[in-house]
Amino acid sequence: MINLRKINKFYHTEAISLHALKDIDLDIESGEYVAIMGASGSGKSTLLNIIGILDSYDSGEYYLNNTLIKNLTETQAAKYRNEMIGFVFQSFNLINFKNALENVALPLYYKNISRKRRNIIAMEHLDKMGLKNWAHHLPSELSGGQKQRVAIARAMISNPKVILADEPTGALDSQTTIEVMDVLSNLNKQGITTIIVTHEQSVADATKRIIRLKDGEIESEIRKDGVRAVSTPVILNP
Amino acid sequence: MKRKQRNIQQFIKSPFKRLEVLFDLDRWYEIWVTITSNKSRSFLTAFGVFWGMFMLVLMVGAGNALEKGIMSQVEGFATNSVFFVAESTTEPYKGFRKGRVWNMTNSDLPVIRQRVEELQYISPVLFAGGDGSDKNVVRGEKNGSYLVKGCYPEYDLIDKSKLVYGRYVNDIDIAEKRKVCVIGERIYEVLFQHEEDPVGKQIRVNGIYFQVIGVARSTSGASIGGNTTETVVLPFSTMQQTFNQGNIIHFLAATANEGTSVKVIQDKITDILKQRHQISPEDKDAVFSMNIEEQFKMFSYLGIGIASLIWIVGLGTLLAGAIGVSNIMLVTVRERTKEIGIRRALGATPNNIIGQILTESVVLTVLAGIGGIVLGVGILSAVGVALSQGDQFFKDPQIGFGMAVGSLIILLIIGTLAGFIPAQRAMMIKPIEAIREE
Repeated sequence: MINLRKINKFYHTEAISLHALKDIDLDIESGEYVAIMGASGSGKSTLLNIIGILDSYDSGEYYLNNTLIKNLTETQAAKYRNEMIGFVFQSFNLINFKNALENVALPLYYKNISRKRRNIIAMEHLDKMGLKNWAHHLPSELSGGQKQRVAIARAMISNPKVILADEPTGALDSQTTIEVMDVLSNLNKQGITTIIVTHEQSVADATKRIIRLKDGEIESEIRKDGVRAVSTPVILNP
Repeated sequence: MKRKQRNIQQFIKSPFKRLEVLFDLDRWYEIWVTITSNKSRSFLTAFGVFWGMFMLVLMVGAGNALEKGIMSQVEGFATNSVFFVAESTTEPYKGFRKGRVWNMTNSDLPVIRQRVEELQYISPVLFAGGDGSDKNVVRGEKNGSYLVKGCYPEYDLIDKSKLVYGRYVNDIDIAEKRKVCVIGERIYEVLFQHEEDPVGKQIRVNGIYFQVIGVARSTSGASIGGNTTETVVLPFSTMQQTFNQGNIIHFLAATANEGTSVKVIQDKITDILKQRHQISPEDKDAVFSMNIEEQFKMFSYLGIGIASLIWIVGLGTLLAGAIGVSNIMLVTVRERTKEIGIRRALGATPNNIIGQILTESVVLTVLAGIGGIVLGVGILSAVGVALSQGDQFFKDPQIGFGMAVGSLIILLIIGTLAGFIPAQRAMMIKPIEAIREE
């Protein structure tokens, strides 16, 4: 599903040039449940942004669902994001003047689906999250856990292949963290590739594969079957 | 061949596709939600254009009213006319000293008629009375002091009057030197009973009885040598003979043919008069003439001046409003970086974002502009009703339908231009910048 080959990413400022990702090789199969961990500045968010086509990379190759994601126009990138990827963010990133239903329905607006239909679909997804009664509330009227569930419903509405969650529990207390992780785990059980960037061990423990980054390199990898693999790249032909 | 066909098909399809996008109700709904969910922001953005349009409508309406008011004053007065009066000479010539008093005479008329081809109408005029002290017009017990004027029938074609009763002086009156008169409406009111038919009645003017043949009302605010409603008009020939004026003419009124500048007949007639009365061609003051066309041109220049000032100020205000829209949209785009970033992350293309910002700008501009037009027209109508009885210099303030349609088109253009830079800026927003955690 996701194949990264020798991905390099630099951040250039006037004074210094930061090598954020160094020759990253990574393969994530369809349906995997992956956590990416690392200290701040280790490059984990950069990696997630590249996977999510929110950011570009400087060298290497990135295949998403066997499509080379490189030098895309903004329009193409928007199309792939819309079709392939659902985003969940730490600060929820709901649009504050739209109610829960409209927020969830927004990705379908950019798929040119009629308002009537997208509201029906959005309501189904909210219902799955147990938020049917909150559909017409503004984000400011929702609790943190509810907001994150709205955001997950929004990520799910366009039936993405991959869910990318950047610190999805970073702004939540431990009880709601468990709730939100249950939701994400359930989605993964339905076969959706789920990638979570986190620095919380408890969150990472809920996943089946933990990738640790340090200084832009994969430091170690743990799979739930107990095998600890060093960052030796596994070459797969996409 | 096939490819060519497909290209043509696409070419035909694409504009329809674009129309579909334009009339996509959903998109308008999305924009409407964005605008109405941020009411104070939308209001602030739109206010400049609202005010600009309001002021433009108000000023153009007022300008039109002023122009109509001025025009209504001179309406009914031939604007292609020129008037001559004899003044003392200021140059010695052919043995005559300077300062000589001379008069235009009857014999000048056929010469002018013959030699000035561009002449349309010409009428000599004689004046008497009207100094306000001698009660020169009398009927029974009633009397008043009024101007007495001897004219040709043509005079009524130059300084048009509306006849309330009877008829104007005609050629037979002139030829037979009939003792008839046309009185002004005011004189009728003084000398006659209300609704009394004056035609055929006798009145005494400067001691001699004349039969009333008509009552004249002025059609114009402008008049030469006294107000029509307070003037007794006699046939020119009758007046010359009855009041022993010999063959002199006090005053000469003439109009030029259509398409001829009044200046042409003004110069020709001046030359003829100078030549016939032994006046030096260099004498600038002996033949005094007043060119109404040139006076009138000054009026219309004044009108054009006022109109251009209004448009410059009005469009300037509107432009300031548009820059205001642009400016606030720009700030708004910065404020909405996160929203736009989220939209981008959820699959909005740069074109989606440009379309949204541009449409928001156009919708706000057009709505605000229509608001300004409606309020402006409303106030103009109210003022129009309030003034309908009163001052004639300010008449029927309103703007034309064409201007309203034109302003809508201007608003559309302004809205698009105003939204352009903010839309560009919004398009540059990368989703990653927007959703970066603080």
